[in-house]
Amino acid sequence: MLSVLKNRFEQGYRTCNYPKEKPAVFPRYRGRPDINKDADPSVIQACADACPQDAIDVDKKRIDMGRCVFCGTCERVSEKKFVTFTRDFEIATSSRADLLTDGTLPDLARHSKQHFKKLFGRSLQLRQVSAGGCNACEADLNVLATPFFDLARFGINFVASPRHADAIVVTGPVSRNMKTALLQTYEAVPEPRVVIAVGSCAIMGGPFYGSPEVAPGLESILPVDLFIPGCPPHPLSNLHGLLRFFK
Amino acid sequence: MKAFIPIPNGGPISRADIPHLPFDTFRTQALDIVKNGGKVVQFFAYEDGGTLKFLMVLRTHELVAAGCDAPETYPSLTSECEPFHLFEREMAEQYGIRPQGHPWLKMVRYHKNFRNKPDVFNNDYTQDIPGNYDYYQVAGDDIHEVAVGPVHAGVIEPGHFRFNCIGERVLHLEIQLGYQHRGVETLLQQVTPKRLPILAENMAGDTTIGHGLCMAQAVEALASVNVDDGAKIIRTIALELERLANHIGDLGALCMDVAFLPPANYFGRIRGDFLNLSLLLCGNRFGKGLVRPGGVRFDLNDEVRKTLNDRIEELKPQVEHVLELIFSASTVRARFEGCGRVSTEDAGHLGLVGPAGRASGLSYDVRRWFPTEWYGYLKVPENPKPSGNVYARALVRRDEVLQSLEMIQSLIDRPVTTRVVSGQMPALPPDSLSVTLNEAWRGEVSHALLTDDTGHILRYKVKDPSFHNWNGLAMALQDTGISDFPLNNKSFNLSYCGFDL
Ligand code: SF4
Ligand code: SF4
Repeated sequence: MLSVLKNRFEQGYRTCNYPKEKPAVFPRYRGRPDINKDADPSVIQACADACPQDAIDVDKKRIDMGRCVFCGTCERVSEKKFVTFTRDFEIATSSRADLLTDGTLPDLARHSKQHFKKLFGRSLQLRQVSAGGCNACEADLNVLATPFFDLARFGINFVASPRHADAIVVTGPVSRNMKTALLQTYEAVPEPRVVIAVGSCAIMGGPFYGSPEVAPGLESILPVDLFIPGCPPHPLSNLHGLLRFFK
Repeated sequence: MKAFIPIPNGGPISRADIPHLPFDTFRTQALDIVKNGGKVVQFFAYEDGGTLKFLMVLRTHELVAAGCDAPETYPSLTSECEPFHLFEREMAEQYGIRPQGHPWLKMVRYHKNFRNKPDVFNNDYTQDIPGNYDYYQVAGDDIHEVAVGPVHAGVIEPGHFRFNCIGERVLHLEIQLGYQHRGVETLLQQVTPKRLPILAENMAGDTTIGHGLCMAQAVEALASVNVDDGAKIIRTIALELERLANHIGDLGALCMDVAFLPPANYFGRIRGDFLNLSLLLCGNRFGKGLVRPGGVRFDLNDEVRKTLNDRIEELKPQVEHVLELIFSASTVRARFEGCGRVSTEDAGHLGLVGPAGRASGLSYDVRRWFPTEWYGYLKVPENPKPSGNVYARALVRRDEVLQSLEMIQSLIDRPVTTRVVSGQMPALPPDSLSVTLNEAWRGEVSHALLTDDTGHILRYKVKDPSFHNWNGLAMALQDTGISDFPLNNKSFNLSYCGFDL
């Protein structure tokens, strides 16, 4: 018992203050990209050529944050002349089109759906479906339950049954073999139900795009209400998305 | 008579140098080696100019390899020696070839074969296949079946478990995976080279460094690219950080399953602290974007070194104290000890690798046997624990956590400079082979890369340690209470996506 208490004392209280204060992330973290529209077209082209996800639109000078895996290659190739990754983790959007960005994102709170806020603002139960991917998205959703993030203090929980859920959170590119299970889970959630796509896999197939074994994005299967980009999204990105969209 | 020849871990090998044996010789020799204690590292088929071929890599005290033409049907090796079991099923599914006499031929990942041959399992892949299969059944009045998955209660990956029970007692557990199948091996052969490292990193996100290293080393070996010492050290640190984060997470999860909540919560958070150290190194909590052919994309500058050092010094005593808390609790011991035993003999037959193997008394560790990166200079202790139960699997993790902390601390301050690489993929030479092995946190990860006569990737074969270990879980469950399943499952913590590919 003594060692339980000693450990309790050593561990202390460690829950972060977000959203009141933004926790600092280490400098190398790559969040929302900042884009220099005046960059030399040849530099932009070089970025597009090097991008493993084909996420750069040369003509419109934009990055598709839904396709991007935040590998940082474009930042390096352009020597920060076209792309610089900021430490801003608040990158969720309520529309797929908003992820095609020149570095600015609409305020999620204003674009979230008011009726969802009214319904789920105080209590939101999520059912997660893992549908392919690499499991890192799941891992960084799971940590939301740990003391640092402590999702439950906002009245948000992951639940075991879709019938107890208000929303489904989908990770992974939806493999052919998971499609039916995903649809059945969705059907089991009572209406009105929200669909949240977490990670580049769920948004467009992620690193696996083009494989006939995966869907070209969750949207091809279900209507999506909230997009949280990243590979995987930082837990704070997930937290931001959930809080701003529902609170 | 030509025989299997020794090959290096991560060396360039001309395909012409690999003995191409008559099938019968290939089969006899492979069986001989495995029956005498050899283990299967890779056994796969590939198409080469219209001919289907086999390639096999075994390990004794060294790696040995040989190939042969693959017959459309052939006398199964599994029928004589079980370690070939899953490899033969995989090839039947991927290429439509039938191992005659295979004791349990069933699909692995539910997909049609690569050659448009008639399906060995009579599946029609225009229909929805998963779950549509006659699971193994046990007959008797008191027998009941429990089906779990693919969507589980928690935030975890999909798989299907079918238990045959008598009361609480599990007589048999059948595991069917494949729900996460993304066609990774096919993609690797088709995509532009710039996508390869991204695919390698994302085969199994919790093994980003393990798989990323295997790919980088395979490409480096083939393209004769040298990696500087600084990069080797950073890669070693990254692999150990990955091990730490996962082992600590698992120990926390095990505590959760026996309702010992304080350490579960502490380790839940501390795991995150280690993930953040990977982020410190390269900007991603899972180490994505760090390892690339030729080296690493981020170096250790003074600031990063200092933060890494400080954080580890701060975390180390916390980790030690929580470990003490866990392993001194008699309640934990009581739950862990009686649970899910896999004997050394069974583990050997199944070819268990990694902590699961070491917990059953097998001392194999790639870091000791076939060291890469900086491991040749490090003392990696043997960690065998013969008792083979949940407790042993937890103990191995505890020891490895403490060892990894020490290894990292010994490496941080080494004053080596690192050339940062861009991530450009070098051209590969024709008709070559490279096989790479690394000790990821779950055990032996291996990639085999073959090029054709133009230097294109002819076949890219990936093997996650889970490919060996899922059967260990089924074995551990035999004759235990079904309520012990979560605890056992956690103690193995195997990868679904790494298996499903
Ligand atoms: S960071 Fe994103 S946009 Fe840039 S190269 Fe990588 S995937 Fe492409
Ligand atoms: S988006 Fe990235 S991190 Fe998430 S599942 Fe897909 S590959 Fe893994």
